[in-house]
Amino acid sequence: MVQWTAEERAAIQGVFAKLDYESVGIESLTRCLVVYPWTQRYFGGFGNLYNAEAIMSNPKIAAHGIVVLQGLEKALKNMDNIKKTFTALSELHSEKLQVDPGNFQLLADCLTVVIARRMGTDFTPDIQAAWQKFISVVISALRRQYY
Amino acid sequence: MLSNTEKELIVQIWDTMIPVAEDIGSEALLRMFTTFPKTKTYFSHLDISPNSDHLRCHGKKIVQALAEGARNISTLATTLAPLSRFHAYLLRIHPTNFKLLNHCILVTLACHMGDNFTPVAHAAIDKFLSAFSAVLAEKFR
Repeated sequence: MVQWTAEERAAIQGVFAKLDYESVGIESLTRCLVVYPWTQRYFGGFGNLYNAEAIMSNPKIAAHGIVVLQGLEKALKNMDNIKKTFTALSELHSEKLQVDPGNFQLLADCLTVVIARRMGTDFTPDIQAAWQKFISVVISALRRQYY
Repeated sequence: MLSNTEKELIVQIWDTMIPVAEDIGSEALLRMFTTFPKTKTYFSHLDISPNSDHLRCHGKKIVQALAEGARNISTLATTLAPLSRFHAYLLRIHPTNFKLLNHCILVTLACHMGDNFTPVAHAAIDKFLSAFSAVLAEKFR
């Protein structure tokens, strides 16, 4: 089981408290599709993804960005049992969506960059370390059900 | 593959980083050491505590090398040849670590550039850093 120090819990909760879920979710997913274009393969039915402007104004992508962040919020509320909380999500991503798990890290990195952009120097190295530990636990839980 | 617009954007961004090379470089390194403690194993010969002279000096060197690379993107392999040999034969850093520093450089830029760190700028810099690291790792084997 993952051990969280009091400082780490406070840091992670602090990051979430400052997040505007909607806009952060949207911006992270759009950045992922722009910076790592091969991730677009999972969004074939989402309409126009031809260039950065199209991606950034695509309403289906926007809606999905919010879904992703709501998923992360679940992990936050169950920080001591992320593995179990994400069992169904992990099966969904492996069996149904068939997402290459390497891509989870790419989206996570974009999310970290978006948070850094918004928090500026408040996103200190210590807070970044706690946040990235949280994210790596989430990614590990998502990868768990893959055969 | 960098477009001409991306190359110009990269030069612009790194030119603004040169006057604050020590701040940006040392912050990126500190972020890497804090988030990925295993990277500290390469620095046992330096004092890498926050704001130390060694950290600031080393951070400055890295940013200056990146700015130099940005101005010579079409000839990266030649421009970086000495650094490439240095990393391969002397430093012998495990190649996965380049990505960790690259990520922390992106986070540092995002913190300082705010709205100017657009998705297009983010993509361009990420591609540049990957190309730069590839040249540094070229002579590894």
